[in-house]
Amino acid sequence: MPAASRNLWLHPAAKPLLFVLCALPLAWLVVGVFTQTLGANPAEHLIRSLGDWTLRGLWLTLAITPLRSVFKQPALLRFRRMLGVWSFAYASIHLLAYALFDKGLDFDEILRDIGKRPFILMGFTAWLLMLPLAATSFNRAIKALGAKRWQALHKLVYAISVIALLHFIWMRAGKHNFAEPTVYGVILAGLLGWRVLKRWRGSA
Amino acid sequence: MHLIHRPDEADSAVTPRAVYESRRKLLQAAALAPLASLLPAHAAPAKLAGVRSTVPGALVMEQPTPYADVTSYNNFYEFGTDKSEPAQYAGTLRTSPWQVSVEGEIGKPGVYDLDALLKLAPIEERIYRLRCVEGWSMVIPWEGWSLANLIKKVEPNSRAKFVEFTTLADPKQMPGVRANVLDWPYVEGLRIDEAMHPLTLLTFGLYGEVLPKQNGAPVRVVVPWKYGFKSAKSIVKIRFVEKQPVSSWTKAAQQEYGFYSNVNPNVDHPRWSQATERRIGEGGSFGGLFAKRRPTLMFNGYEAQVGQLYAGMDLKKNY
Repeated sequence: MPAASRNLWLHPAAKPLLFVLCALPLAWLVVGVFTQTLGANPAEHLIRSLGDWTLRGLWLTLAITPLRSVFKQPALLRFRRMLGVWSFAYASIHLLAYALFDKGLDFDEILRDIGKRPFILMGFTAWLLMLPLAATSFNRAIKALGAKRWQALHKLVYAISVIALLHFIWMRAGKHNFAEPTVYGVILAGLLGWRVLKRWRGSA
Repeated sequence: MHLIHRPDEADSAVTPRAVYESRRKLLQAAALAPLASLLPAHAAPAKLAGVRSTVPGALVMEQPTPYADVTSYNNFYEFGTDKSEPAQYAGTLRTSPWQVSVEGEIGKPGVYDLDALLKLAPIEERIYRLRCVEGWSMVIPWEGWSLANLIKKVEPNSRAKFVEFTTLADPKQMPGVRANVLDWPYVEGLRIDEAMHPLTLLTFGLYGEVLPKQNGAPVRVVVPWKYGFKSAKSIVKIRFVEKQPVSSWTKAAQQEYGFYSNVNPNVDHPRWSQATERRIGEGGSFGGLFAKRRPTLMFNGYEAQVGQLYAGMDLKKNY
């Protein structure tokens, strides 16, 4: 039922529904904090889950373009910005949770930590690079920049996703635990590889 | 409901678990009890009570970490890399019959049944700090006896410079062993004088009962002044050797995990600052979410007891 599914993307409730879906993991964690069901180390659970959801959000954002093309669903484009902004929200809360629960908001200590531990530096860099994208996610910003420049700027998301993955790999390397980073890596390779392939075919 | 209702506690001569735990934690445990009873790893723990130890430093005067946290937040890669996985999957471990082979550079090698080990020396209760290399810590009441008791009995010769511990690695009982995370079996080692130190505990229980499977049943070693991974679990072999053993984590990442791995707030791990630690289960509201991290103590607070073992050693080089 391609016609029906196309209509579904354009349904007026589609965007609010996606908004709620994106908020659910965060809501679930907040409920976990209040019901104390996040296990023996709630700070670690919070920080890691928020990081996981940042990656998932980023990967979903990057999946929109291939999905549109492969399944011929151009209407999916209307969800991309919301996914991107939610990814930034999760990244920011992830950073905040680390700063608050791991570092007690001691900013000197946080700066030292960024300098000392490469995987923290990676994560912080990825978040910094997300800032200009989040700041230009409004219609007025797109108009002010012009579509071309806006698009060029937002290509940063490729670098962000790779740095975010490195952050994850590096974190897990401490305990030789690469199963999950491998899954994320394979999916990202697919998402970015698809673009390279398309470009290469397009110019050939 | 075994987590809270223990009628035998009233007769127990040693400190019952209920005394350790605050009322709030008990209520929490009660809420989780129906869930916990579904887990095979929690099935009816048998009592194993020791007499309070008189070894200097053996009884830390700090609030023990709640039993529920001690038995649900574990690094035991043989049952999975997530800290909740050992409690979920360790139920398949068969702890009886269990034998430990004691071999190598000793006069009296042999294979010990668990029962024989249990009777080898009087079981003592020791309340130790446990500091994980990942930056968290617990306080755990263990039941066991000083490993020195066994070492003296088996008569090490002059070539016995180190003691090597090997953990069971049976993929049928331990799902994590099917993954290639580490080079199985798990091997850890101590210098012979470290192994002989009275604080080094051959451990059979915690909180007055036999070790839960996820905590390294039926027999493990606990070396309280070293990072947790030095304390090998579910031991099947204790070997006395001349050359320094290569432990599993050293093999996996030599720059990160040294042979000594003494708790040391001044030597950071490349991935974790070791200056402070999060005490699991501590600090009031929201499960301790907002609790301040504690400063980590040199040799995990056992410097008075073990410092002389490392006199003159460069602890930055010998990390």
